[in-house]
Amino acid sequence: MTETLLGFWLALPSWLQILLANLVKIVIIVLPVVLAVAYLTYAERKIIGYMQVRVGPNRVGPRGWLQPIMDAVKLMFKEIIVPTNANRFLFIGAPILAFAPAMVAWAVIPFSDTLWLTNIDAGLLFILALTSMGVYGVIIAGWASNSKYAFLGSLRSAAQIVAYEIAMGFALVGVLMAAGSLNLREIALAQAGGAHHWYILPLFPLFLVYFISGVAETNRAPFDVAEGESEIVAGFHVEYSGMAFALFFLGEYANMILIGALAAVMFLGGWTTPFTPAVVASLPWLGDGIHWFLIKVSFLMFCFLWFRATFPRYRYDQIMRLGWKVFIPVTLVWIVVIGVAKFLTPWGYLFH
Amino acid sequence: MDFKQLAFYFFAAVLVFAASMVITVRNPVRAALFLVLAFFSAAAVWMQLHAEFLSITLVLVYVGAVMVLFLFVVMMLDINLVRLREGFGEYLPIGGLVAVLLVLEMAIVLGSGPFGIEQMPEPAPLPADYSNTRALGRVLYTQYLYPFEIAALILLVAIVAAIALTMRRRKDSKYQNPGKQIQVQRGDRVRLVKMRAEKKS
Repeated sequence: MTETLLGFWLALPSWLQILLANLVKIVIIVLPVVLAVAYLTYAERKIIGYMQVRVGPNRVGPRGWLQPIMDAVKLMFKEIIVPTNANRFLFIGAPILAFAPAMVAWAVIPFSDTLWLTNIDAGLLFILALTSMGVYGVIIAGWASNSKYAFLGSLRSAAQIVAYEIAMGFALVGVLMAAGSLNLREIALAQAGGAHHWYILPLFPLFLVYFISGVAETNRAPFDVAEGESEIVAGFHVEYSGMAFALFFLGEYANMILIGALAAVMFLGGWTTPFTPAVVASLPWLGDGIHWFLIKVSFLMFCFLWFRATFPRYRYDQIMRLGWKVFIPVTLVWIVVIGVAKFLTPWGYLFH
Repeated sequence: MDFKQLAFYFFAAVLVFAASMVITVRNPVRAALFLVLAFFSAAAVWMQLHAEFLSITLVLVYVGAVMVLFLFVVMMLDINLVRLREGFGEYLPIGGLVAVLLVLEMAIVLGSGPFGIEQMPEPAPLPADYSNTRALGRVLYTQYLYPFEIAALILLVAIVAAIALTMRRRKDSKYQNPGKQIQVQRGDRVRLVKMRAEKKS
């Protein structure tokens, strides 16, 4: 059986082999991401529930484990309503534009030393370019809906995303200066050798700026004025229903996990172990591996949910002030500090 | 025709199509979106020239930032489409003449002489681990440091000038001082008044 399959495989032309192998790899990455997104919504409701002394969803399946599956089934069977005078093509296209970049960016994430789909040299730039495209889904959704609330929500959201993207990009410039590479795998490898080598220590201000900008970039609480329920109903996706709405939802959560994964790779060493080589030599099961990556991402995701349960919503002008007048100067100063320390003082080794 | 050529012609065709749609489509928002598509196709063509840094930066800067702000403005405009199309017939002959002249000039320049296509042989293929980004950064910060810094300074001046031109401080608008807001104590805002219970009369 295996021999016939192998013979069949070898008989295929080489370009088809590459294509099929890559397709299988893409499915292996995308399916867990979508599942993680589904169960992140469950985790969000459960964790916030416990933080507010309630139990959260517990009806569907044992302890509510099937809740996200049922939510998906319900959304799939709902009708997609297109508002009158809406631009039909863009109205349907906007959720896809919001969802696709969040998925494509996973192509360059290194899950472990050998597990990645592509290992391109300009990985960091690729990620920046893709995350900057997510805003189109929001803007087009707001405009195509032919609704004032949706439009106001999309304008707010677009201004916020553009503002925080600059701070985010500058924070990544710091990482780039420390690692001397745009390749995500090399950035993670530069932090190998224990938790004291992680960039979170020398680049702590940049880590804070990056993570908070990530929260703002994904329109999560406390920066969720884009959907501020108390003022503009639900923001840019107020007119959406059914699967079109679900795509926005999936895109938002996939972006959250992406921000967590990037923060893990760039500031927390990715898949590398937090223990020193001496400890790993005596206890080999503490060594590098994808499980460290997953643990770090899960912790950052928990922080996202924790913020949502803890902080009240920012006022809009305060969001803008924080982005433009606090974060951008902080990142600029720290970039200068890194540059001066690396090339003009003997303390350059602190930044590797 | 191998795959590379096929890809080039595909992206080039999309680029030309999107660029012509930008100027022919009626709805300004759709025109802006077609411009985004044109930038994307141009980035794909550049990527084929091994210019991955420029290609990704084109997407990052133009698609990710410039066009977002552009759309932002265009969506809020109330454009009268009929008035926009006024005088289209008048300008058509002159515009057409200019376009034909441009195409002719380009054909003459590219077709022969020192700029002909045979003067530019295909560059030798670069090794797989060649980093365009690294090479560009190295050249930009050593050999071309002064032009680069001067360009940066000019841009900075332009930013300052743009802000100075558009900023207006109104006397009657009220600002908050977050520092003061945080420093405020209970005693500054609340005054406790002791009152004795009044007797029923």
